[in-house]
Amino acid sequence: MNAPLVDRYPLAFRLYPYARAADQDAATPPRHPVVIVGAGPVGLVAALDLGLRGQPVVVLDDHEGVGLGSRAICFAKRTLEIAHRLGAGAAMLEKGVVWQKGRVFHDRAEVFSFDLLPEDGHRCPAFINLQQPHFERFLVEAIARANAGGASIDIRGKNRVDAVQVHETHVSLNIMTPDGPYDLEAEWLVGCDGARSPLREKMGFSFDGRVFEDNFLIADVRMQANFPTERWFWFEPWFKSGASALLHKQPDDLWRIDFQLGWDIDRAKELKPENVRARVDAMLGTEVEYALDWCSIYTFQCRRMDKFRHGRVLFAGDAAHQVSPFGARGANSGVQDADNLGWKLDLVLRGQAPVRLMDSYSDERVAAADENILNSTRATDFLAPKTEVSKTFRDAVLSLAAKHAFARPLINSGRLSVPAVYDGQALNGPDALDGPARTRPGAPCPDAPLGAGFLLDHLTGGFTLLAINCAPPDTKLSTVTIAPQDAAGAIGVRYLGAAPTAIYLIRPDQHVAARWPIADAAQIAAALQHCCGGPAWL
Amino acid sequence: MALILSPNLDDADGFYEDLITAHNDLTKAESDRLSARLILILANQVGKRALLREALAVAAEG
Repeated sequence: MNAPLVDRYPLAFRLYPYARAADQDAATPPRHPVVIVGAGPVGLVAALDLGLRGQPVVVLDDHEGVGLGSRAICFAKRTLEIAHRLGAGAAMLEKGVVWQKGRVFHDRAEVFSFDLLPEDGHRCPAFINLQQPHFERFLVEAIARANAGGASIDIRGKNRVDAVQVHETHVSLNIMTPDGPYDLEAEWLVGCDGARSPLREKMGFSFDGRVFEDNFLIADVRMQANFPTERWFWFEPWFKSGASALLHKQPDDLWRIDFQLGWDIDRAKELKPENVRARVDAMLGTEVEYALDWCSIYTFQCRRMDKFRHGRVLFAGDAAHQVSPFGARGANSGVQDADNLGWKLDLVLRGQAPVRLMDSYSDERVAAADENILNSTRATDFLAPKTEVSKTFRDAVLSLAAKHAFARPLINSGRLSVPAVYDGQALNGPDALDGPARTRPGAPCPDAPLGAGFLLDHLTGGFTLLAINCAPPDTKLSTVTIAPQDAAGAIGVRYLGAAPTAIYLIRPDQHVAARWPIADAAQIAAALQHCCGGPAWL
Repeated sequence: MALILSPNLDDADGFYEDLITAHNDLTKAESDRLSARLILILANQVGKRALLREALAVAAEG
């Protein structure tokens, strides 16, 4: 018996109103190649990627749009590059607040600063701040454009998955709608339904990790202010509004303020507007006029599922792994999950790669999740020391840092999201080039200027061959040839190093698969087969 | 470079006196803070994580 559909939160944008689908009138459950559960940032990126690759995609969400509240705001360069590849990046860059510098204060004194993109020659900035509802809206708009161009991405609002049955070759779903329940089948099911993932719960998978005993208050305030567009973080701030505080600019004169409250608090009391305002007033001064736009108190955990593939069900984003927000490693890593998953699932669905290729999705993204959890845990141990001695060392770092440069790199207010390098992973091919470490197999391709545009603009669709200072062998692959005058610039620094020539095989997700000083068609074909999980295509 | 566990101080008695003197008249909490700062300064001098891990392991043995 299905319970009625009830909204759990109010909407910022009603993006995909419920519409009765033909499937609801089918006599037998229709089978789709891919069904995605959850139309958040991760589900939408996965849907857009698969849709643009020609796969018909159904996305189920139990609401009709994106929830109210800015929530995730920091979108990293890699996320923007992925969005750009999918045709959603330009709108994000135009609306978002670009930033790359951060300052850390202890009491009143600046003790540390960082620059996340100290080099030129990238299309996308280190970070933009953009409210999550806008991020999702731009993805939904890109999906509409993709559909107008022939893609088939069907987002079904107010479609709640009530039951799941996993079979050898497909998954059966029972779905509740305002018109009552219906059944669907999916060859593959992708769970992107968030940290509380009802899908994961229904399937009974564990989700264990560490709970951090601290509460953080988010106050998004609307005001006109002239703080620079930098991430400002205070340990033990002079204004005493929390054990730590964070200030960050968003579009539309919105400012994200985050206060660390401690463990034993009365949530309802702390969320009263007068109490939030007292903390904000202490920070900004009582003469500053502002409006409270959105407030929320959160706690967090660092945890992940044992593996992200369970037969025909894949988990991505917060449903699969969860970190603290310090470092912006939540939504950004989820988008990278989707980026990793899309091309692999497309090849498998086309019969051009074996099903076991999907295990590499789990292996690579579990490793990435572990890296994110490690960074997040370290930052949290510094931010919220859990023992007296841990606090003593933290304070010693802060007091030394004011006078001595050596202590500044120890200050950790969050190490901000960078894409994982898939070191040691099964899909990696030969590294026969004596080239820069940053472009070794497994690494995400760094961008570089090329002609009037950028290198990453050319690494779209399928596998790509990048031939620098040499003629590429004849393959069926899309090939980018870099002439000596282009190789003399950033491309040469980032992809050649001291090597005179190079051939790179680049995955559809813009990670390096293999590289050689020079390669023939047979070597490339072998690396390609290997990267697709075994004998398959070309 | 390996962790040095043979005598290496050029004036062992002198160093020990300096260490104890530095804690004179400090409360337990002040002493703990001093020790923490000292460890961080010396760790930076050592520099290598592998060496510091060796030192931590030896210290943990007691």
